[in-house]
Amino acid sequence: MNDDAQMATQALLMGIAGEVFALDARQVREILDPAPVTRVPGAKPYVANVLNVRGKVIPLADLRVRFGMEPAKLTVDSRFVVLEVELDGDPTPVGIIADKVFEVTEIDAATMQKTPPVGMHWRPEFIAGIAKWKDDFIVIPDMARILGEASE
Amino acid sequence: MSPSQDPADTFRQEASDLLEGLEQALLDLEGDPGNKDLVNTAFRALHTIKGSGAMFGFDEVAAFAHEFESAFDRVRRGETAATPELIGIALNAQDFLRTQIENPDAASAVIGICILADLRKLTQSAPAALETAAPALKSEEAQKVFSVSLRFKSDVLINGANPLRFIDELRGLGEAEVTPEIAAIPALDALDPLACLMSWRVRLTTRAPRSAIEDVFMFVADDMELTIEDAAQAKPAAAEPTPNQDVAAHEAAADSAKRTPKESATIRVQAERLDSMMDRVGELVIAQARLTQLSAAGASTLGVAEEIERLTSSLRETIMGIRMLPIGSLFGRFRRLVHDLSRDLGKEIDLVTEGEETELDKTMIERLADPLIHVIRNAADHGLEPPQQRREAGKPTLGTIRLVARHAGAEVLISVSDDGRGLDTKRIRAKAEENGLIAPGAPMSESELHQLIFHPGFSTAKEVSALSGRGVGMDVVRRTIEGMRGAIEVLTEPGHGSTLTLRLPLTLAIIEGLLVRVGATHYVIPLTAVEECVELASEVDERSKGRSFLNIRGDLVPFIRLREIFCEPGRPEPHQKVVIVNQNDSRVGFVVDQILGNHQTVIKSLSKLHADAPGFSGATILGDGAVALILDTPHIIAAGQTRERRGATKHLEAA
Repeated sequence: MNDDAQMATQALLMGIAGEVFALDARQVREILDPAPVTRVPGAKPYVANVLNVRGKVIPLADLRVRFGMEPAKLTVDSRFVVLEVELDGDPTPVGIIADKVFEVTEIDAATMQKTPPVGMHWRPEFIAGIAKWKDDFIVIPDMARILGEASE
Repeated sequence: MSPSQDPADTFRQEASDLLEGLEQALLDLEGDPGNKDLVNTAFRALHTIKGSGAMFGFDEVAAFAHEFESAFDRVRRGETAATPELIGIALNAQDFLRTQIENPDAASAVIGICILADLRKLTQSAPAALETAAPALKSEEAQKVFSVSLRFKSDVLINGANPLRFIDELRGLGEAEVTPEIAAIPALDALDPLACLMSWRVRLTTRAPRSAIEDVFMFVADDMELTIEDAAQAKPAAAEPTPNQDVAAHEAAADSAKRTPKESATIRVQAERLDSMMDRVGELVIAQARLTQLSAAGASTLGVAEEIERLTSSLRETIMGIRMLPIGSLFGRFRRLVHDLSRDLGKEIDLVTEGEETELDKTMIERLADPLIHVIRNAADHGLEPPQQRREAGKPTLGTIRLVARHAGAEVLISVSDDGRGLDTKRIRAKAEENGLIAPGAPMSESELHQLIFHPGFSTAKEVSALSGRGVGMDVVRRTIEGMRGAIEVLTEPGHGSTLTLRLPLTLAIIEGLLVRVGATHYVIPLTAVEECVELASEVDERSKGRSFLNIRGDLVPFIRLREIFCEPGRPEPHQKVVIVNQNDSRVGFVVDQILGNHQTVIKSLSKLHADAPGFSGATILGDGAVALILDTPHIIAAGQTRERRGATKHLEAA
């Protein structure tokens, strides 16, 4: 996740809208099957719902909406990934909707590269970097930015 | 004490209570300088801080408290009068002690020295007559001989007490003849070095009263047998100085390493409440065992379910009781505030408090401190007139601020009233029109106008003083109170003063709510706000395209369709219900699809990501695990109003 990560880090790979994202495994709290959610009227569209996770009410974010896509229907492969993201200095549990969760793997920090300024249809400020995995490129999102920054 | 708990924390907590007591005593003393009891209370608090400070390794605290104590001792002996200047410096010294204990790094030794120097100067520059009279009096006072016998419990050493120190302290009182008794000590091979088996007899010749001797043993009184007898009213005993037993001095303080200060998050609980909780938990465990057994046998569990319900609800009540604290602890702090305000503003102010025993959730008490400071400052600065004006208005120059707390149903009412000039409704209106807050000449009720004082940046003060006038304070008050799901009421009578009442729910953790359904989603409306529920008659429903009013026993009550506010998809169900809520004495109806009934609502906060969804004060979890949002009624009403305004302009668009 960090640019200065020197060694291999454990990462959870998940798919959203055909792209593979890698989340720092240390951030991930749990992976849940989709559960009933409750809409919060008046909330930002990309965190429109809340969810009960073991007696805690946590927001559920949809990164598709955040990246300007249509929200997708949940499928049998869909999972809610519960993360702990630092927002304004407070670690906050947040769920995100993944189309599919692949595996936990090691990512060699040496293969990590800065986001190229062009050639991405994701907003570059939301991407912390690009890493290599099995001859493919995977996106490392900057979750704190994605969730924290005011909705624009 | 559990081994994990830092003993220094215990001291900090104890000292904080003691300092509060000291402050109260000093403030009382200012109004009643001759009161011996108050002097003694202050002295005792200081003495205890000194003693336990030394015991827990707060050496600087102990040293400062000692100096403070010695200066104050002259007041106790009546050699110096408790003048307002002296009280002022004593209060500073008290503040310094607090800093030393809570944040040692911030306590500069220089400040301490200055305070002590002032204190000494004042206590020593006492009237000469008193100064000379005192020693004379002293020598006249007959010397007494006490025969003191000390027998400590054998585990006293393990608890950290050092008998030699007490004996040294006795020596400090007068001439002491110490005789150890070693009869109880066994042969060397049977000796337990950790047990204190010695006892002592002390023949003490002193002018100090018996209570002074008892004071020495204040901290170990429970761990020892102490007998003090008057041994004949006798001549100064020509006792030989006993062999020096200074070993004690070398031992102390070695283990008192530096300790980092941290917020202590402990709470004191009455043992009786803990016991009753333990009982409930015991019953709960039994009920749970029964439940397991019954469900294994496939029998009906209805009875156990009921029992568990009863137990959890009483357990909840007990736990809530534990979180409750009397509000007096908070009121105490304001006496100092008013004392300082009175000095800074040049107004005579008397603070009268009532209902200190009213209990309120601990976290709420802490959150109330700031808003109440603003309210009291406002009352002192804006409410109360300067003495000159008061005299002209035929009022006593002494202004009164009353701080009253009381229970009313499931709410606590805290009111701050002053007997000052009252709110100037005309000025508020003029100012609000000038700022564009309200349209010129807009019809507004008195209470609506009064609510304007809570608007951010709103101030009728002609000039900004050091204390108030920027229009920030009241906004803070409103935000905090609304954050606690409370409300503020203002009552004022021009020329006679005003009263500001804060209405607060008893606790923040669990509330009674009304569970309703709108479309497929459940919501909870806090029951304290709900007045009644009625059915939305179909003819009203039809007509309400144009206007949304209900006729409730002749009163006009506007209503808001939650379905529209929440953009709930789908068509409204037939037989809609209206929940009438009361907000600041005006009634508004919320239209819902179904009313499900009472719901014990455990409040869960919403995360930062939902801070911009203002209609909800939190969420709760229903029996089936789904989340239901808790409505923040004032915000929903406000949202309904803005919506209405928008709707009025493009009315035809309605689907």
